[in-house]
Amino acid sequence: MSQTFILDGKTISFADGQTIMQAATQAGVFIPHLCYHPDFKPHGSCKLCTVKVNGRQTASCTMRAIAGMVVESDTPEINAERLALTQMLFVEGNHFCPSCEQSGNCQLQATAYHLGMMSPHFDHFFPNRAVDASHPDVLLDFNRCILCSLCVRASRDVDGKNVFALSGRGIKTHLIVNAKSGQLADTNFTLDDKAAHVCPVGVILKKRRGFAVPIGERTYDKQPISATAKAVAEER
Amino acid sequence: MTYQLETAQHPEKLRRVAIDPVSRVEGHGKVTILLDEQNKVHQVRLHIVEFRGFEKFIQGRPYWEVPVMVQRLCGICPVSHHLAASKALDVIVGAKKLTPAAEKLRRLMHYGQMLQSHALHFFHLCSPDLLFGFDSDVTKRNIVGVAAAHPEIAKRGVLLRRFGQEVIRVTAGKRVHGTGAVPGGMNKSLTIAERDELLKDIYHIVAWSRDAVRLIQKVHIQDPGLYNSFGIFRSNFMSIVGHNGDLDFYHGTLRARDDNGKLIFDGVDYQEYDRYIEEEVKSWSYMKFPYFKSLGKEHGWYKVGPLARVQNCNQISTPFAEHERKEFVDYAGGTPMHAPLAYHWTRMIEMLHAAEVIKELLHDDDLLSDNLMVEGERKMEGVGVIEAPRGTLFHHYRVDENDLITMANLIVSTTNNNQAMNEAVRHVAKRYLHGREVTEGLLNHIEVAIRAFDPCLSCATHALGKMPLAVELVDPEGQVIHSLSRS
Repeated sequence: MSQTFILDGKTISFADGQTIMQAATQAGVFIPHLCYHPDFKPHGSCKLCTVKVNGRQTASCTMRAIAGMVVESDTPEINAERLALTQMLFVEGNHFCPSCEQSGNCQLQATAYHLGMMSPHFDHFFPNRAVDASHPDVLLDFNRCILCSLCVRASRDVDGKNVFALSGRGIKTHLIVNAKSGQLADTNFTLDDKAAHVCPVGVILKKRRGFAVPIGERTYDKQPISATAKAVAEER
Repeated sequence: MTYQLETAQHPEKLRRVAIDPVSRVEGHGKVTILLDEQNKVHQVRLHIVEFRGFEKFIQGRPYWEVPVMVQRLCGICPVSHHLAASKALDVIVGAKKLTPAAEKLRRLMHYGQMLQSHALHFFHLCSPDLLFGFDSDVTKRNIVGVAAAHPEIAKRGVLLRRFGQEVIRVTAGKRVHGTGAVPGGMNKSLTIAERDELLKDIYHIVAWSRDAVRLIQKVHIQDPGLYNSFGIFRSNFMSIVGHNGDLDFYHGTLRARDDNGKLIFDGVDYQEYDRYIEEEVKSWSYMKFPYFKSLGKEHGWYKVGPLARVQNCNQISTPFAEHERKEFVDYAGGTPMHAPLAYHWTRMIEMLHAAEVIKELLHDDDLLSDNLMVEGERKMEGVGVIEAPRGTLFHHYRVDENDLITMANLIVSTTNNNQAMNEAVRHVAKRYLHGREVTEGLLNHIEVAIRAFDPCLSCATHALGKMPLAVELVDPEGQVIHSLSRS
C-alpha cells in the first residue's frame, strides 16, 4: 500500500488493482453511489460516483487508482450533478417514502438526504407499474426500481439462477423476472438467495415484516450514509 | 323544518352566499346559503370540497403498508387511522388478542392523541369564540388574541398539546405519522427513560385538564340561553363502549341510542357494522351520509364524537372524569343533551379522562415489555373500529391470498357527523341570518356551529387561525352586489 493518489486534497493509499471507490472507502472517504456494491463487479451505470480525475469525469467505481492522480469528488459542481441524477431517479419511478417500508433503510433516500435534496425538481413520470406478489415469501415492488442491476448480478453470479434481468433500452429499460409467466412464483427464487438481500431501495422485500424496525433504529436513523465508509475504515 | 332547507324549490331565483373556506376547522369545506330578496334563508349546505381517493389507491398494495399509508389522511389525528387500520389487519393476521404490552402501548398512543387533538381544538381553534364572543372583534378572535388576553390559558393549551404529542412520539417514533403499530402488535415498547420523562409532567397535565373542564363548564352555565340552544337539533347518537359500558376510545362494541336516549342497538360486534350502517351519496358533497339501516335515510342519521360518547357510556373508569361526567349529566337533567356547544364541555371531560388514563398506564410496567407480537390463523377480511377524537372511525379491508388489498371502506368520524353538521348550520342560519343583512359576525355563527363538532373535513389538511374568508352576495343574474373579505 505504498502507492497514493490525492482525493479532495487528502492523500489516499491504494493497492494494485483497486478502484478509486475501493481505495476511498478503505480510507474512510465516502463517495455517493447506488449501483456499486463491494461484493460485486462494478457496473458503472448509476453515475452517482462520478469524480473528476485530472480534470476529466469518470466513474470512481470502475476507474482504477493510479499513483499520483488528482481526484475531485466532494465539490459543489459534482454534487450538483449527483443531486440532479438522484432527482431524476426519484421522478422516473414511484418513490413514496412516507408509506414505504424501506424508509430509513433505503440508500436512495439516504443519498438524497446526503446531497441535500429538498424536492424532486423535475416532473414526475408516475409510471404505472404493478407489484408482483405471487411469491409466498417475497414481494417485488417495481415502482421503486432504480435499475442498479445488483439483483441481476447477485442472482447470476452468486446464486447461479438468473432470476432477474434488465429488459428494454434507454428510458424503457425495466427489471423483469425470467419466467414464462413473468411471475416470481414461477422461478426457483428463495429468501436465502443473495439477490433477496442486495436491493438498495425497496423493490425486493420480505413479505409480512414491513415496519418491524421502529423509527430511530433503522439503518440511516443511526448514522448518515456518508458514515458507511468510515465504518469500513474502522473495521480495518 | 330545517331538513327541508337542504334543497330549495327554485334555486335559480335566489342569491348565493358562500363561506369558503370554513375557517378554524381541520381541512377545507365551504357553506353555501341561498337567500331571497328579503334575506330569507331557503337552502343551506355544508360542502366538503376535497377528494382524497384513499379507498381506491390502496387497492393492490400489500396489507402491512396500510396502517402507515392511510394515516396520511390526516395530520391532526393520524394515530386514529394508524390504529383503526392496524386493528382491522390484526383480524387478518389472526391476532385475536394482542399481548398486554402491545394493547397498552397502543392505548397510550391513542389517549396521547386524544389529549393533543382535544387541546388543539379547544384552545387553538374554539377558545377565541367562547372567550370573546361569536361576533367579537374579528382581528382579535384567534389564538394570538387569546394569548394576549389570557396568556395562562393559551400557554396551557400549547403545553397540553405538546405533552400529547410527546406521548405519540415515544410510542410511534414520531409526533406525526409514526410507525408504532403493526398488524399483530407493536414494533417498540417504552424505555425507562421515555416513561420517566412523561411521568415528570403527567400530574400537572391532569390538573390542567381538570381546570379546562371547569373553564368550559363555567362558560356554558353562565349563558344557558345561548349554550343550551345554539344550533340545537335532536338526533340519534352512536359510539363504541368498552367493558361494562365504560367510556373507551380504543376498543369495544357499538351502541346507538335515539334522541331520547333509548337504545337502538347495543353490544354489536363491529365486524358486522355493515349490517347496521349504510352510506348515502349526495351529488353536492364529496362526503357520504351514513345512517342506521333499521331507521332509513330520513330518520336514521346520527351524531358521533364527545357529546355522543359521554352520554352513551354507563360510566367513566377514571375518578375525576367520572365526577365531571355526572355533573354534566345532572346539568342535562337526565335526558340526552343535544346542544352542539355542549360538545366543548364533553370534549374537555374526555381530555381529562385521557390524561388520567395516561397517568395510570405510565405506572404499568407492561409498557416496558418486549413481548409485542402475536399471530394466528390468516383471514381474508377484517374491520377495525376506534373512537377517534372526532368520533367513531371504521376501517374495513379485504386482502387476497397474495397479501394485497382488494377492497377498502373507510367511514371517518366527520362523515358520521355529516348530516348532523348540516342540521346545525341550517338551524343557525334560520335563527340568526333569516331576514337580516349578512355580516362577518353573523357568518361566524355558522362557523361556530361547525367548529363545535371539531370536523376534520378532509381528514388531512389543517386550517389554523385567520383563514382567508371571502363572502359574496350574488344576485340572480350573477352580479356581485355585496362582498366581505378578510385575509
